[in-house]
Amino acid sequence: MAKLDSKTPAGPLADKWQKHKQEIKLVNPANKRKYEVIVVGAGLAGSSAAATLAELGYRVKNFVFHDSPRRAHSIAAQGGINAAKNYQNDGDSVHRLFYDTLKGGDYRAREANVHRLAEVSVNIIDQCAAQGVPFAREYGGLLANRSFGGAQVSRTFYARGQTGQQLLLGAYSALSRMVGAGGVELHTNSEMLDLVVVDGHAKGIIVRDLITGAVSRHSADAVILATGGYGNVFNLSTYARQSNATAIWRAYKRGACLANPCYTQIHPTCIPVSGDYQSKLTLMSESLRNDGRIWVPKKKEDAKKDPASIAEADRDYFLERIYPSFGNLCPRDVASRAAKRMCDEGRGAGESGLGVYLDFSDAINRLGEAGVRERYGNLFDIYHEITAESAYKTPMRIYPAVHYTMGGLWVDYNLMSNIPGLFVLGEANFSDHGANRLGASALMQGLADGYFVIPYTIGDYLAQQKPGSRPPADRAEFKQAEENVTAMTKRFLANQGREPVSHFHKRLGKLMWEYCGMARTKQGLETALQKIPALREEFHANVKVPGSGDTLNQSLEQAGRVADFIELGELLCRDALTREESCGGHFREEYQHPDGECKRDDEKFGHVAAWEYQGEGQTPLRNTEPLNYEFTKMSVRSYK
Amino acid sequence: MVAPTTKKLFSVTLRVWRQAGPAQPGHFVDYPAANVNPDMSFLELLDVVNDGITKDGGEPIAFAHDCREGICGTCSCTINGKPHGPGQGIATCQLYMRSFADGDTIVVEPFRARAFPIQKDLVTDRSAFDQIQQAGGFISVRTGAAPDANSIPVPKEDADLAMDAAACIGCGACVAACKNASAMLFVAAKVSHLGLMPQGQPERDKRVFAMVQTMDAAGFGNCTNQYECSAVCPKTITHDFIARLNRDYLGALFRAKFKPVSNAAGGGGS
Repeated sequence: MAKLDSKTPAGPLADKWQKHKQEIKLVNPANKRKYEVIVVGAGLAGSSAAATLAELGYRVKNFVFHDSPRRAHSIAAQGGINAAKNYQNDGDSVHRLFYDTLKGGDYRAREANVHRLAEVSVNIIDQCAAQGVPFAREYGGLLANRSFGGAQVSRTFYARGQTGQQLLLGAYSALSRMVGAGGVELHTNSEMLDLVVVDGHAKGIIVRDLITGAVSRHSADAVILATGGYGNVFNLSTYARQSNATAIWRAYKRGACLANPCYTQIHPTCIPVSGDYQSKLTLMSESLRNDGRIWVPKKKEDAKKDPASIAEADRDYFLERIYPSFGNLCPRDVASRAAKRMCDEGRGAGESGLGVYLDFSDAINRLGEAGVRERYGNLFDIYHEITAESAYKTPMRIYPAVHYTMGGLWVDYNLMSNIPGLFVLGEANFSDHGANRLGASALMQGLADGYFVIPYTIGDYLAQQKPGSRPPADRAEFKQAEENVTAMTKRFLANQGREPVSHFHKRLGKLMWEYCGMARTKQGLETALQKIPALREEFHANVKVPGSGDTLNQSLEQAGRVADFIELGELLCRDALTREESCGGHFREEYQHPDGECKRDDEKFGHVAAWEYQGEGQTPLRNTEPLNYEFTKMSVRSYK
Repeated sequence: MVAPTTKKLFSVTLRVWRQAGPAQPGHFVDYPAANVNPDMSFLELLDVVNDGITKDGGEPIAFAHDCREGICGTCSCTINGKPHGPGQGIATCQLYMRSFADGDTIVVEPFRARAFPIQKDLVTDRSAFDQIQQAGGFISVRTGAAPDANSIPVPKEDADLAMDAAACIGCGACVAACKNASAMLFVAAKVSHLGLMPQGQPERDKRVFAMVQTMDAAGFGNCTNQYECSAVCPKTITHDFIARLNRDYLGALFRAKFKPVSNAAGGGGS
């Protein structure tokens, strides 16, 4: 059984991080260059961590499966990044950001982690502005803000609809500077396929070069995973096509606990599915809910009609009706489920009936078409390219889609997993968003972890490792891990199957969406737990992977990733089945209030569930870490 | 989850460049595709064609792609002779089959430029862009050393213009479209983004030298003002930035001649 000590520092909430920073061990500047740190991933968390650790003097190796670090999917985040700057003088504070984030997460995150996140949020904006990130400005030259869901203050900083791109390019520029200066050794087109654990500590990784197929061993004093979330377990999602869970899943199989996998976020405003060939769902930023009003027809008979022909009196602005104080800006899980309920009642819009209207006509009347174009022009363009419809003329049709995963590898307050020396940052860990993430908080967390947390906390671990003590890569553990990877490649290529990898990924996605999507039931989850192992067996018997292993082979890459998704999907359903309550993104139909809101069970489930691998074919072990709320009361979340 | 479509399906032929590796010769192969839905993206059609090739025992077409929403800059085909295809202001992943007609033959090639060697089929090596960035595409600021964000006001017009340049997704279409395979639009976008911000001033001259020199060394050609780059740019970045880059470069050259240099430059602290 894994030991899960959160290592949360004692003392008053607002002092914990300061005090902790003063108490943890330091590595002296001359010794830093004796330590090698592997960073896997180069999104916001990975590139900010790699750059900052190199600035401190550590020798950093950064591995990315993309052809350039700048391609990581953080680049696609649209709306913005939260920070408790209170530049708007509207009553924001670190405490308020802490409270909104904790409440938005339905009281399933650690208080101390969330408070630290809110504290460093202000430093992130300073850092990014100094890097030259072209944030939106007011005419006086100062920074502009907008509002996001789950908050009643304007604290979101943005760069048009491309905030993630600009923040990532900022972090990428810092990383590039350190690559140029020799502090970071960059390995692009390099996919981590196994974690090497020596004497109980994470000391290296096995990597496949995606262009040449060469498999190599890399040893280090510590390993950082910043490899993103696992939303592509649903196949269709707003994730990039290549986003995958392989790094965290292989670490899980080496003993790292995977926490709360059932906390998945379904984003309310995405462009609906159009056909079976679909490879991707496109998000329409939450920022649109600042000015767009969401409605469905009041009467079922109107559902298939042209929206322009439906009179104002016959429209149901359901979010404004049900949640008058937050209205269209209620949190994502709440908005998604409300949209689903409307469609389930038969009032959904469009040919499929799976859509609600996001209408800008009021905003166009108020701001003029040019005003709306200035705020959201690029989003309206994206919508037009995909649907061939103009949202200036007719309301957008939107529907919820998988967008983010709050669950991830378990980490303590230092962001270290239960395997010493293995650190996990950004979406890949489970730590700060509880059961639901608020909009504009993913960018905040990724950069907080990389710029302002890991540079301190990794020192505490490394100071306890003798300089130069990392094991050589010819040790048995490395050899065994490499053989593991090579054998898997050989097995896929030799398989006499008939179906391409995508066939299985699509089927897995449909199972997950049907039984473990926006609404889950005991019976449905039990069905999924029958069907997924069967799918897994069929996949290994019948998948066809053409080509060879010593060249660029995208089918082979995808086969390994889908094999991991199938196993992770099973664990996700198991976690959802075991958590007999509803909270945030995890909605069990059996546990709801009469108005359809989540019914938590703090007594039985006020804890983190961290799953521990027990070997192939064995039921994993469910460890728990109690969530001790010292400063806040776990209360019923209300946005009414 | 998916309703049967009422859209009229059609057929096209994909004429695709196949090349097993950097040193092997390449050639075009025709792949007929039936039942094409106009709402399907071009890359989704490639997915479908690839599944068909796999089932028939062949090796699927390697192509670069990731976000499929026009922002990561990974996708990179030249379609019917134009990088990113017939659309305007979009990347290949944002191209939908409604842009084509029944019976069309669609020619699909990799981006072609000496500095972007072909790795396989439609996949090219664009790491030269990263090298240019590593040479100077940054503002040197250590984590933790930044002043309060509002202590450096940036006029809105400058921030907006910087954002226009910063929108570059680093796809390389500008290079592929240029008869000289010049990377001037890419470099101009980067230099202009940082050069327009007050934070970017201290290293402005050094940056433009380093980036232009690295660009030249990587084997990109020169700009002869044909503007094919901005015509195909998925973010419609204007070639005006190239003029700005040239001004910056000339200014930096001039200043380098006459700028006084401290005797202590490069010395260590006491």
